[in-house]
Amino acid sequence: MDTLVAQYSCPAIEDTTLDAEQDELLHGPDALSLNFSLPPIAQPSSWLRAMTDDASNPNCPIKIAHGTTTLAFRFKGGIIVCTDSRATQGNWIASQTVKKVIEINNSLLGTMAGGAADCQYWLAYLGMQCRLHELRNKRRITVAAASKILANLVYSYKGMGLSMGTMCAGVTPQEGPALYYVDSDGTRMAGNMFCVGSGQTFAYGVLDAEYRYEMEDEEALELGRRSILAAMHRDAYSGGFINLYHVKEDGWVKHGFSDMNPIFWKTKLEKGEFSNVTADME
Amino acid sequence: MASILPGAPQEGIGYSFSQAAPNAASEPRQHSFYPYSDNGGTSLGISGTDFTIMAADTRNVSGYSINTRYSPRLYLIGGEGPENKGARIVLSVVGFTADGSALKERLDNIVKMYKYHHGKPMSVSACAQRLSHLLYSKRFFPFYVSAILGGLDEEGKGALYSYDYVGSYEREQCRSAGAASSLIMPFLDNQVNFKNQYQPGSGTGHNLQAVVAEPLPRERVTQLVRDAFTSAVERHIEVGDGLQMMIITKDGVQEKYVELKKD
Repeated sequence: MDTLVAQYSCPAIEDTTLDAEQDELLHGPDALSLNFSLPPIAQPSSWLRAMTDDASNPNCPIKIAHGTTTLAFRFKGGIIVCTDSRATQGNWIASQTVKKVIEINNSLLGTMAGGAADCQYWLAYLGMQCRLHELRNKRRITVAAASKILANLVYSYKGMGLSMGTMCAGVTPQEGPALYYVDSDGTRMAGNMFCVGSGQTFAYGVLDAEYRYEMEDEEALELGRRSILAAMHRDAYSGGFINLYHVKEDGWVKHGFSDMNPIFWKTKLEKGEFSNVTADME
Repeated sequence: MASILPGAPQEGIGYSFSQAAPNAASEPRQHSFYPYSDNGGTSLGISGTDFTIMAADTRNVSGYSINTRYSPRLYLIGGEGPENKGARIVLSVVGFTADGSALKERLDNIVKMYKYHHGKPMSVSACAQRLSHLLYSKRFFPFYVSAILGGLDEEGKGALYSYDYVGSYEREQCRSAGAASSLIMPFLDNQVNFKNQYQPGSGTGHNLQAVVAEPLPRERVTQLVRDAFTSAVERHIEVGDGLQMMIITKDGVQEKYVELKKD
């Protein structure tokens, strides 16, 4: 316990020595993230690719959980975050109940696309860093800073084979509603609207057609839901349940984790959409 | 007979250790470093209101040859001493046995050390997260292991966590992993989570009412586990010989062994 306190506590009076955060920037992330064992060969990353990349080699022995549609957009009333819930390993549906929205704290959300473990682990790590920032600086971290912690982190592992496309959404007093896209190439950008994953194009199709910044909350929630539904319908790697969140000034609100099948049929039968699908059950 | 079919693994004599990387016929081989072998086997876990049942077959194979007909795939985690007395957490590992037992040793050490440091046994949720971090610590040199962790949560309800190779994890009602998971998982979806089951007489077409899933009693779950394995044995060559079951309740872990077909 004493070592833990010593590790994370700062001197009460500000002095000229580097604080833990600056120290970390200079010397890289702390030991918690540096304990990875590597295979005893010259090219670990190309070996790892040969073992795990099922896109280039369908017979690879280790299939990592993949595949997704996630979306987030900014509008008048805050930010909508919506995802599907399917995880695939090759052609096998590994799970239909994945929680792809990761609750970093009660006003910050992260989304998960690409390697499930990479996203889960590093967004949990980000949650830890955000909490430490809060304790050290006595105020909430901004979305810009949080997303940059993640971007710098994945950049330090560039070329090692991490696979993640994530969005950080949150509301802070300094920046208002803010949305950032961060991926494992090291890309980090702010924006009003992002769709990420194998079904992103389908989601963009619906979202671009209907999106207006001045939407009401209910309209925006419905648009998020409908865009994911379109992607689930057309993208084989997306499906399962619709996970819907609304980020508002006083934190995020969850709007259900709902089975896509009844929503699909309701959309078809009551609104007359998806007319390419026959409704005859005979 | 199976070896002349197209698409079957082109292996030589069935040594029990790997000879070289399996590679597609026309592709140039890129890496001679292949530290894994697949020892087959299947595991299964189902959680209920006040219990969790973990099960796995005990056949250990390399290619077409059977190494042994009794190698346990379920391990007690924590408790006292080498016998894990009083343990309330069960880990199942399928895939590569060497990686599996290495993983089990590490987790067991951690859970035992936790008790010495904190004076209380580790909760299943904490153990589940620690296992995820263990798997992720080998993100760039993965354990070739599908893990399932079972126990009882802080409220005494059955808890079951499933993992991919590099540590992404999720709490679920039921999960099958390993060689015959693709045969067992759809059966479980239907019989445990009542997927695609509808109330008889509730109408036709769009009017059909789905059956609502509810936790199953222990006797029913035990029977489902046996049925899942006897069926998997009929259709998968890497599954058979024996079925090891561990039933975790507030009174402890009860171990059962049932024979399976040995062909």
